[in-house]
Amino acid sequence: MKGGNKLQITGGKILIKCLLEQGVDTVFGFPGGTVLNIYDELYHHKTKIKHILTSHEQGAAHAADGYARSTGKVGVCIATSGPGATNLVTGIATAYMDSVPLIAITGNVPVSLLGKDSFQEIDIMGVTMPITKHNFIVKDVKDLAATIRKAFYLAQEGRPGPVLIDIPKDITIKKADYKAQKPKKITKMTEYITDKDIEKTLQMIETSQKPLIYAGGGIIWGEAEKELAQFVQTIQSPVCCSLMGISGFPADDPLYIGMVGMHGTKTASLATTHCDLMIVLGARFSDRVVGKLEQFAPGAKILHVDIDAAEINKNVQTHHHIIGDVKEVLKKINHKLKKQTHKKWLEQIKGWKTKYPLVYKKDKKLKPQYIIEKVYELTKNKAIVTTEVGQHQMWAAQYYSWNKARTFISSGGLGTMGFGLGAAIGTQVGNPKKRVLNIAGDGSFRMNCHELATAVEYELPVIIVLINNSALGMVRQWQNLFYDSRFSHTHLDHKTDFCKLAEAYGAVGLKLDKTEDVEKVIKKALALKRPVVIDCKIEREENVYPMVPPGKALQDIIIANEECDTGFQPGD
Amino acid sequence: MKKHVLSVLVENNAGVLSRIAGLFSRRGYNINSLSVGESLDPGISRMTIVVKADDAILDQIKKQLNKQVSVLKVIDLKFNESIIRNLVLIKITATEKNRPYIIEIADIFKAKIMDVASKSLIIEVTGSENKIKALIALLKPYGIKELVQTGVTALERGNIDIDTHKKYDDN
Repeated sequence: MKGGNKLQITGGKILIKCLLEQGVDTVFGFPGGTVLNIYDELYHHKTKIKHILTSHEQGAAHAADGYARSTGKVGVCIATSGPGATNLVTGIATAYMDSVPLIAITGNVPVSLLGKDSFQEIDIMGVTMPITKHNFIVKDVKDLAATIRKAFYLAQEGRPGPVLIDIPKDITIKKADYKAQKPKKITKMTEYITDKDIEKTLQMIETSQKPLIYAGGGIIWGEAEKELAQFVQTIQSPVCCSLMGISGFPADDPLYIGMVGMHGTKTASLATTHCDLMIVLGARFSDRVVGKLEQFAPGAKILHVDIDAAEINKNVQTHHHIIGDVKEVLKKINHKLKKQTHKKWLEQIKGWKTKYPLVYKKDKKLKPQYIIEKVYELTKNKAIVTTEVGQHQMWAAQYYSWNKARTFISSGGLGTMGFGLGAAIGTQVGNPKKRVLNIAGDGSFRMNCHELATAVEYELPVIIVLINNSALGMVRQWQNLFYDSRFSHTHLDHKTDFCKLAEAYGAVGLKLDKTEDVEKVIKKALALKRPVVIDCKIEREENVYPMVPPGKALQDIIIANEECDTGFQPGD
Repeated sequence: MKKHVLSVLVENNAGVLSRIAGLFSRRGYNINSLSVGESLDPGISRMTIVVKADDAILDQIKKQLNKQVSVLKVIDLKFNESIIRNLVLIKITATEKNRPYIIEIADIFKAKIMDVASKSLIIEVTGSENKIKALIALLKPYGIKELVQTGVTALERGNIDIDTHKKYDDN
């Protein structure tokens, strides 16, 4: 054939070949009319690409997301046009808010039918414009390969994010030339890091008496855990993490002072309030972290390192900033950094840690915090944990000792209930040798419990630790504290027997309602090596502490029920 | 809050206008006017966007625009170092009696008469915001039937061109 290595092949084949070029060996999806040709190619390539069929497209998106967060690779999900594509939206938005490299491939009606309200037609490009890093529609098969390559590059370079590729059906049948190409190397962003920046940074660090490091998701996506650890050891500074930064610095390290923010530790709140230099690494000053902006870090100079220039000075004014890959920035800093000591400051930090540890009332009743502590004890650094969203998520962030990066998989930015089970499935598929647990609330679990069928079908031994308080716990907590306990639609009746539900799907259901059974039941679940739902019955009244009430400063953090009278009015 | 004129180079493909408009609306930035057309390169369009914002917001607007994959360059044009123009077509009520006076005003403003009918005429004028404002104020008493504006378009004076500017100008 003329042209050497060029082939004339269908769009469907081009798509699969491009996925293989990118090193994709797993996709999550759900077939439909407009993706029939794509699925035909998946059929022909089933030994090369594993396809996980989920119960719902949302599950496929969350699975691809969990896969990406836990492996660092790009997650790929496929859905048909119309409702298939719109069912991906929550999953794509979840990935967008947490900067996850995701490729969403949607089918669409043939090009000639576009814009005519055709069957299962949706302008998914328009719908997902605000929630993707970028999106494409391919109207000419000649552009398909280049578009897919560009999409994969965009998903991973700089600040990662989801990219959507919309492919009309006729494009998957039409033919074009295809020539294999190695994926473009993703280079670390260093072009805006100047020596002057590094010098000023070192100066600020060396003159600081009370430094504090606030580490975010950028440490994990930048794979900068080692550089961060070295940096911390050299400057002897306490470290707090945002929810997304958790596991980027070992929780067991004595310099770790916990999560910072609305449900972070009091030590972290006090440290932010009293530090004179806040070194912000790959974090974005979310409103969950900052509290009342005017009173945030009042005495501190703020040094912000981030790969996304738009995050600099967006929420909080910085005194100095470096735009670039945090791993590369830390390498440069570590190279020139002199050893520091901050004895007095660390004494003060230690004092706070001793005075304000995370506490919960240990009585006869089964406590969610105890369950999480036990889960950690029995899986220690060998498990990957996904969470849903709510009180249980906060307890998981607080009471599990996160020491290894990419072991805490949680929807932070969007806070998507129903994320965890799909994410656990994707995580298990991407990490077959690790144990994967999903810590869930009953409200969240009910939203996407149908993905249990997927876990059973593909024999993924994920364990759902269902923190069941028959309530929408976090919302209930706010109603309890700020709406005079007017519990509007937050008590879930639960005539549902979650164990029977698990069994109906072909999984195992285990009941847990006594503290003394916790260890036994978790061990049993781990030994079964099957999908398991552990239905843990806990009390509704359990609230998450500490808490920074909405509209208050971090230093106004409440650590227990007694300090409840905040004077907060709904609408503050 | 001051008015700023941003000149933005964007990839000329379907949906790019929607992306930019969506970005502004989603983040609550005010667009005073937006004009766009092909640049020298038909694959690249040049947008001129007038925004009303304080410095911090303007900084964010520029950075958020730069984040867009379709955006190739964003520059902030300084009023006194740029040519800033708006083209307006104005349909005025004009009878035999007052037509000469209207034409006189148009001449003074170097505006052109592009259409004459029994009871109206259309004036085409290009100029700065102040010039246009002044002309409209003078024409109002005669009765403006309708008018249409292109919105501001602008170009930097001197030897410099948009490609010479760096991506981030603050460091």
